[in-house]
Amino acid sequence: MSATANKKAGFGSVLWDYLTTVDHKKIAILYLFGGFFFFILGGLEAMLVRIQLIQPDNNFVSAQFYNELMTMHGTTMIFLAAMPLLFALMNIAMPLQIGARDVAFPFVNALGFWLFLVGGIVVNISWFTGGAPDAGWTAYTPLSIFSESHGLDYYSIGLQIAGFGTLMGGINFLVTVITMRTPGMTMMRMPLFSWTTFIASVLILFAFPALTVGLFLLTFDRLFGANFFDPSMGGNVIIWEHLFWIFGHPEVYILILPAFGVFSEVISTFSKKRLFGYSSMVFATVLIAFLGFMVWAHHMFTVGLGPIANSIFAIATMAIAVPTGIKIFNWLFTMWGGTLRFNSPMLFALGFIPSFTIGGMTGVMLGAAAADFQYHDTYFVVAHFHYVIVGGTVFGIFAGLIYWWPKMFGKVLNETMNHWFFWLFFIGFHLTFFLQHFLGLMGMPRRYWVFLEGQGLDLFNLISTIGAFFMAAGTILFIYNMIWTALKAPQAPADPWDGRTLEWAIASPPPFYNFKQLPLVRGLDPLWIEKTEGNGKMQPAEPLGDVHMPNNSFIPFVMSVGLGIAGIGIIYQVDNPMWWIVAAIGFIIFFGSMAVRSLKDDLGYHIHKEDFEKEGDGSNG
Amino acid sequence: MKGLTSKFKAVGALMTLALILSGCGEEFLSALRPQGQGASDILSLMILSIAVMMFVFVVVMVIYVFVILKFRQKKGQEDFIPEQVEGSHTLETLWTVVPIFLILILAVPTVQYTFSLVDTSPQVSAEGEEDQIWINVTGKQYWWHFEYDGMDVTTSQELYIPTDRRVFLSLHSEDVIHSFWVPTLQGKIDVNPTGNRNEIWIDAEKEGVYWGKCAEFCGPSHSLMDFKVVAVSPGEFEQWVKDMRNIDPEATPESEVAAAGQEVFANNCMSCHANGTSPNKIGPNVSNFGDRERIAGVLEYNKENLIEWIETKGKDMKPGNLMTSAAYDLSDEELEQVAEYLMSLSPSEITPENANDNEYIESDLSDLFVDEEKDESSQEKSEEESEEDSEEDSDSN
Repeated sequence: MSATANKKAGFGSVLWDYLTTVDHKKIAILYLFGGFFFFILGGLEAMLVRIQLIQPDNNFVSAQFYNELMTMHGTTMIFLAAMPLLFALMNIAMPLQIGARDVAFPFVNALGFWLFLVGGIVVNISWFTGGAPDAGWTAYTPLSIFSESHGLDYYSIGLQIAGFGTLMGGINFLVTVITMRTPGMTMMRMPLFSWTTFIASVLILFAFPALTVGLFLLTFDRLFGANFFDPSMGGNVIIWEHLFWIFGHPEVYILILPAFGVFSEVISTFSKKRLFGYSSMVFATVLIAFLGFMVWAHHMFTVGLGPIANSIFAIATMAIAVPTGIKIFNWLFTMWGGTLRFNSPMLFALGFIPSFTIGGMTGVMLGAAAADFQYHDTYFVVAHFHYVIVGGTVFGIFAGLIYWWPKMFGKVLNETMNHWFFWLFFIGFHLTFFLQHFLGLMGMPRRYWVFLEGQGLDLFNLISTIGAFFMAAGTILFIYNMIWTALKAPQAPADPWDGRTLEWAIASPPPFYNFKQLPLVRGLDPLWIEKTEGNGKMQPAEPLGDVHMPNNSFIPFVMSVGLGIAGIGIIYQVDNPMWWIVAAIGFIIFFGSMAVRSLKDDLGYHIHKEDFEKEGDGSNG
Repeated sequence: MKGLTSKFKAVGALMTLALILSGCGEEFLSALRPQGQGASDILSLMILSIAVMMFVFVVVMVIYVFVILKFRQKKGQEDFIPEQVEGSHTLETLWTVVPIFLILILAVPTVQYTFSLVDTSPQVSAEGEEDQIWINVTGKQYWWHFEYDGMDVTTSQELYIPTDRRVFLSLHSEDVIHSFWVPTLQGKIDVNPTGNRNEIWIDAEKEGVYWGKCAEFCGPSHSLMDFKVVAVSPGEFEQWVKDMRNIDPEATPESEVAAAGQEVFANNCMSCHANGTSPNKIGPNVSNFGDRERIAGVLEYNKENLIEWIETKGKDMKPGNLMTSAAYDLSDEELEQVAEYLMSLSPSEITPENANDNEYIESDLSDLFVDEEKDESSQEKSEEESEEDSEEDSDSN
């Protein structure tokens, strides 16, 4: 059981422990390494793209390979890096913040992770089997229908599998927040990060089905002779754009809201102040999520929806700036009057504010439908969404990782290296993307394999590529820091940052059962309340008793692998029907393990009261 | 009123910014250096939005810098506990209401331009409804085709338009989605293979050769799907149309090599490439190939490039282009001949050079429209097409 993992164990048993774990803290670590692996991969793809664009008429990579690179860069970064890294943060922090011993469905949590990993691997296998997807991460039909290699099949099947995982994760977090808050933890006392996890999960619940449907239709068009998107057979290519963006726009908020949550925690902690305007922050989060579903067509202003639709979507889009502005000002006034400490998570938060404000400004500019006729599909858009996704989400992920690193690994990352990392990454980021706004307006459309000489685009592209190397250097330093910290850093205290929320009331890393006794929450920032009004320790909300824990299980891993095998079989059955056998084997593994899980009772086990008493005092540490 | 003054200052700063921006990019390509009404309208909207946004940005940055400088933890302050402020209704209302007003300021011209930029109804003046020039634009991997509705002119890659009036485009694609974008003249509009046939207008205020781009990802050579808009004075345009519609594809070129090339062309190329007015658009129309600015939209215009293109079928010059499936196999001599022939095709005295000289010939183009009414066959054709258009339009609605 998980308890054994706390002892020094051999590599084999650690591996087995992680393959079978259902503990949200270990799943967070799995998400972290899975997501970070893909982050590096997507980063390498980005570097190749930037090297290709270092000078006009460059021939560093071929047109076809370039298209595969830029498609996979987008796909990898959105689906396989940003999402799982956020899931890592949600998994490590949210259950601790609401005072839960785990998520509501630990088994499903593990299944979600393995599905994501298998899906991600399936998409990337395409590199070695005759060509990766090459129709852009948006896979617009009919280009994606006409694409000849199996790349797009890998894309649709792989993302479908990873998407199942994400959907499960989202539902799991929803149920966890609704049902598993500790006594006293009312909704309006929840830390902002838990709130944004909750809202992002709502978005996942409603947005991912649109992607599922879209990918399903795409799969049928490509593999089973359907004609949903083939114009020559009466299909309609615009339907794909709608389905994709009905998913795709909320996806943007799925990515940014948790980052907002991280910044709310970080800014509040390192300013030593409670979050300014907590209820309006919650309200703004909900409003952004709500409006986020009504603006998808602003990705389609030039499609020809007509001026009426364009105007409506333009105004709805601009309206989102209002709740976002509320958030920016609330953060600024959280800092106002506080005492600011510039630890590295705070640096990322401070770097985020101007970067994201620029991203928001260009967002409103893009929302002006008429002006979007010029911006659309140019480097202006590329610059905009990198300002939002890197300046918002990625900064948020790094802030969150550094902030909660002690909760994951029991060590604090080296601060000096993190400062260097921040400055390299921050400067590199602005060097890379700021001038791209101008490149777009100067006439450079996005997804261009080469740009011609004599168009006045040379200098800014060169600077942009130089900036990318700064970001790469920063990331390498961060990886070095991870290794250095694991080997050399001392054990972290329970509360290294002078925290305010429940996760800082227990040891770093927390014991596998999190809370010996569920803590009693007396208000917002519960630990801070106990620090200033009590004895600095959480009071228990229940007497010491037996704790029910789930058993580890190998089934999520087996199920996911089975689905991956089935996916590969489905992809290749168009070439040779014998591949149906592979698909059948995959489905047998998948449904077989599902049946085992359903038919065999697995009631978990109890940690007995006596075992706790043996361990020592009754504090929640 | 402090906010208002700082706003005026911001606008002043932006006028300067606009000046700096206008130095950004090339005159023939940059959206920041508009040469037509559409691009000018959009640029003014951009500048307004930048002004509004810069106001917000400055406010944010002033507070930000102040907070960082003023409230950093000083030595000996480690145990100091700041007041735990819950919030402020006044402030929170302020930063909710002010942005709403800012957005309203931006929303009004946005909606106005969103309608006007795609308004393709005829402009009505004291003399009645204007005669509209309509051009059917076809996007294909990776080139552009233009059919002048009712004027009996077809051409590819280089779109000739008269200056000082709106030219109306009706666009569709024969394969994947493309997007028609001439940054200096107008915003872009998608070129769809199905559903709605999009319509937009463009105009050029002065003569020039303006670069056009495909802006919707369409395959390996997406970045090489360039085209040119050649804006000439109305009189020159009228001349061009008259020359183009009177092409005799059979006419024997003067030079012997070119005449031999004509033969080669007829035997190997003609099934896809038309010379003169023709509905054939399997490959680009070569009517005025001798006057092109570029080969295949992007390559420098010279004989070596042309021969290499024909010989390799553009396999590496424009990866993924559909000419690679053509079955011909020409000898070196034949390549030379057909290149000579193509480069001799210059049916009109109006060429891109006329777009760069300072000669301006007036014309109200009424001759062109009179002809249209006389020309029964083309009239019918245009009616057919407009019927098709309206059908598709109602579908898409």
